[in-house]
Amino acid sequence: MIFLGNALGLLTLNALKHDGFTGVMLLATAVMGALGGLLAVAALTYFKRWGWILGRAKWLWREWLTSLDPKKIGVMYIAVAFLMLLRGATDAAMMRAQQVLSVGQSHGVLSADTFQQVFSAHGTIMIFFVAMGLMFGLINLVVPLQIGARDVAFPFMNSASFWLYVAGAVLMNVSLVVGEFAATGWLAYPPLSELRYSPGVGVDYWIWSLQIAGVGSLLSGVNFLVTILKLRRPGMTMMKMPMFVWSVLNAMVLVVFAFPILTATLAMLALDRTLGMHFFTSGFGGNPMMYVNLIWAWGHPEVYILILPAFGVFSEVVATFSSKRLFGYKSMVWALGSITFLSFLVWLHHFFTMGAGANVNAFFGIMTMVIAIPTGVKVFNWLFTMYRGRIRFTTPMLWFLGFVVTFTLGGMAGVLMAVPSVDFQLHNSLFLVAHFHTMIVGGVIFGLFAGITYWFPKIFGFRLNERLGRYAFWCWLTGFLLAFVPLYILGMMGATRRLDHYEPSTGWRGLFIVAGVGVCVIGLGIGFQILQMIVSVWRRKENLDMTGDPWGGRTLEWSTTSPPPVYNFATLDAVTERDAFWASKQKKASGGRKPHYTDIALPKNSAMGIILAGFAFVLGFAVIWHIWWLAVVGLLGVIATIIIRTSTDDSEYTIPAAKVEEAA
Amino acid sequence: MNKLLKLGLVILLGLGVAVLLVKLLHGHDIAVLNPRGLIAFKERSLMITATLLMLIVVIPVFILTFVISWRYRAGNTKAKYAPDWDHHRVLEFTWWAVPTAIIVGLAVITWQSSHELDPYKPLASDKKPITIQVVALQWKWLFIYPEQHIASVNMVEFPEGTPVNFEITSDAPMNSFWIPQLGGQIYAMSGMTTHLHLMADSPGSFDGSSANLSGAGFAGMKFTAKSVPRAEFDVWTKSVERSPHHLDHGAYQALAKPSQNNPPSYYSFVTEGLYDEVVMNYMTPMPGMVTR
Amino acid sequence: MTDCVLFASLFATYAVLHNNTFGGPGAHELFSMPFVLAETLILLTSSFTAGLAILATHQGKRNQVLTWLSLTFLLGVAFLTMEITEFSHLAAEGNSWQRSGFLSAFFTLVGTHGLHIATGLLWMTVLMIQVLRRGLGTATVRRLTLLSLFWHFLDVIWIFIFTIVYLMGAIQV
Repeated sequence: MIFLGNALGLLTLNALKHDGFTGVMLLATAVMGALGGLLAVAALTYFKRWGWILGRAKWLWREWLTSLDPKKIGVMYIAVAFLMLLRGATDAAMMRAQQVLSVGQSHGVLSADTFQQVFSAHGTIMIFFVAMGLMFGLINLVVPLQIGARDVAFPFMNSASFWLYVAGAVLMNVSLVVGEFAATGWLAYPPLSELRYSPGVGVDYWIWSLQIAGVGSLLSGVNFLVTILKLRRPGMTMMKMPMFVWSVLNAMVLVVFAFPILTATLAMLALDRTLGMHFFTSGFGGNPMMYVNLIWAWGHPEVYILILPAFGVFSEVVATFSSKRLFGYKSMVWALGSITFLSFLVWLHHFFTMGAGANVNAFFGIMTMVIAIPTGVKVFNWLFTMYRGRIRFTTPMLWFLGFVVTFTLGGMAGVLMAVPSVDFQLHNSLFLVAHFHTMIVGGVIFGLFAGITYWFPKIFGFRLNERLGRYAFWCWLTGFLLAFVPLYILGMMGATRRLDHYEPSTGWRGLFIVAGVGVCVIGLGIGFQILQMIVSVWRRKENLDMTGDPWGGRTLEWSTTSPPPVYNFATLDAVTERDAFWASKQKKASGGRKPHYTDIALPKNSAMGIILAGFAFVLGFAVIWHIWWLAVVGLLGVIATIIIRTSTDDSEYTIPAAKVEEAA
Repeated sequence: MNKLLKLGLVILLGLGVAVLLVKLLHGHDIAVLNPRGLIAFKERSLMITATLLMLIVVIPVFILTFVISWRYRAGNTKAKYAPDWDHHRVLEFTWWAVPTAIIVGLAVITWQSSHELDPYKPLASDKKPITIQVVALQWKWLFIYPEQHIASVNMVEFPEGTPVNFEITSDAPMNSFWIPQLGGQIYAMSGMTTHLHLMADSPGSFDGSSANLSGAGFAGMKFTAKSVPRAEFDVWTKSVERSPHHLDHGAYQALAKPSQNNPPSYYSFVTEGLYDEVVMNYMTPMPGMVTR
Repeated sequence: MTDCVLFASLFATYAVLHNNTFGGPGAHELFSMPFVLAETLILLTSSFTAGLAILATHQGKRNQVLTWLSLTFLLGVAFLTMEITEFSHLAAEGNSWQRSGFLSAFFTLVGTHGLHIATGLLWMTVLMIQVLRRGLGTATVRRLTLLSLFWHFLDVIWIFIFTIVYLMGAIQV
């Protein structure tokens, strides 16, 4: 039986061997890490600081890691996502370096296989672990506050989601050292990703890190959907919700419908690879194009899952910094709704070149263009929110203006590619790569950065340094244009994506160099962001937010203190207006009713989320390496954790009313 | 003054980059914008029309963004301030209606062009079309001429001004068959045949490649597509017919083994129905073929 | 809801692949209708007993709840045993999931349903222990209601499987 074949399955010492450049890099990292660790241990022993470290670790465990407070979970999401951004950006830099160097006789620094692993990792990380992480982080921070609630609907499930996301990220990074990562692109199209063409464990790492993180996202989707539908402040009808909440609601509907498709598709690919099934194999009655259909039936909604919350952020930012009501609220809601609906009807535009008939292609092409209408409406509404306003050009506002420029350009490229006959010429070229980076960097990432800058003082009680924020923005914007405008041109010159080598006669090199410079400028921008964080914390006294309302905000989150108490709001007064806090500021004089305080029940901390994700990680790792006994351990662990947690009735603690009153 | 200096710097930087781009591009074709075949030509016109249509909305957006940001900046207290002004029927109607109108126009164009430029549609011509069967292998392109019973690797030649019917399949992971100067691409998938109809206007030599990642040798999966006068094509056919390499089952299996950066090579006496066997082998096991 | 989409994906895949036998046997050659009919009846009955258990829950009759739940549990086990028997027969005859795309889709679709049944059985066990130890508290009643919903949902899914995979497979020539 395979169960007894080898206690470690496919895992042997060979898994730790890496060739060429990667090997050197890894070895260097390992040596540095070991030296650093030794130094740290020596220093700690010398200065007798072990107690302090232990204390810190305990504090970290108690206050953060086991916390079920969505504000803390949100901060942890963003921290992990930022770490992953560093890795994703490093991957990008390696890709551009290779493409600058590997021309004609020279074959650059990376082998074809390593290069392919690098871009697959770049895509996977940027979408699943950076964009999704930042997005869920921001949602955790803001949504409960904006709807005036004290918590999410299922606090434990929220923690489990976060830790599953972390487990996925860790599993993916383990592939750097133990074994290899997929060399098949970020969506791992079969038959290339099948056992026949990719016999290594790379694709399995890809499957299981996404599967684990994906289940986390799915649970988050359900959680926030219920939170928004059920936990709104009394009086906050649907049409009085802040626009960010609307956008999240739409995105979560998409999560709930789209992520099961991803789960099923990944499971089928895993069955093909692990049990020898024939869903997507070429031959034996498998159908690879079935996979392509399924993965995009998830993948296209996924794009909107990312961009809708960014739209929501901009709606808040523009209204606040123009000191004006959001223009065309109803239009905005309808626009969001139609985008959500349409995003399920366009997946085929990712493969017009499959050779479906003209009718099918034209239908999906037209559906895709139709999405441009509500998106355009949103842009005009934002612009007219600024019209007759008093615009303050803070960093979030700069991100918005940068977004309008890049997103409009990218949108134009998008509509162009929605015409099937044009797409035949641009598909899979660098033009396509430039297009979706324009949307995801210029749309999603700019939006999430704007959101983080905007809500940062709410969570931490002080603002981020404006000057460094501006520097970061300008680096990102210039770097972005330098990095991606050349790719549009390269695409039209016939340069396809994912090339690890090309000939000098193509004349592509100069443009690749420009693009490489662009990546460096973006790197500088990231550097400024890190510096901004450090400087802001260091000199936080200069930017303290004592009022809880540093920007002249309009929605409920600004009505509580910065940072908010663990229960967010001392009292849950009914809401009567759309911009509830703005309205209450306007008629302040009429106030004076004595607030009525009650006991507040909140969930206790729980380590079960970490344990659950730990077992899920073990399960994923074991299946990747065919270590069946360990897989059984992981699976039983997951089941046992769930049973124990669901049988626990005593999971809440109460803050007495007197204490709440005292704090308020 | 400081502000003007900054603005000047930005403009200078922008100009510098523009000049650099022009210089970098000098002497190189932007393939998609420099078509040499009927289909590619029509696809370019379509691209330009669509772009112009979209500019009707995009240019106003850019102007509005700039003007509004400037006029309603917080420092400009002379500008009107209306904090509660949040809807206007006519305006909102306008920006639902105008983009809709443009998209309707674009939709009509899309529908027509999708049918007119359907890669499966044979091209009208007074000349008899030539059929070329294409097999994507690991990692090279095999071109079989069923009427001439010859084959070539990483090199395809055909007469100018004559419609070429490509029948495309794959005996490898999925690839995409693309000759930018002649027209758009189509996927090459195992177990099925896709069709692409192209035609070159004039003699010339064009770059072709695979546009879809297919494994380690993917970057080297390039070929040359050559259109030549009819007479020259006949001479070429004759010369390939004399090639000592015959493409029977054995030779095919050897060729199908993974290899990278293959130079062009030529085969005579191609086994009858070889292409169909390659396709069918994925549907049900074929004698004489290796099931992988 | 989420599970619905998951099953929808699997059904779609089955629909695409159900003729891709790669020279192997098709649906009408493989399945034994009386056997599957028996399976179906067992599952339907278990849905009925689960309903009775919920009725008893709302009347607060602890022992009745336990009886009906045990009966449901046994029927579920019987169903699962039959399914595993069918699977092992198919595999023994050389028609395992590795044979063709059609069989992969069949095993996965039906197997996923079976896995859900197994999950349901596990859940049922946990709840029975809770009822035994703590009686019928509000939390437990809510959990029992959720379980029965889940069980009925699985029943509905099975009806779909029965119709699409088995009945339509048998008719097809």
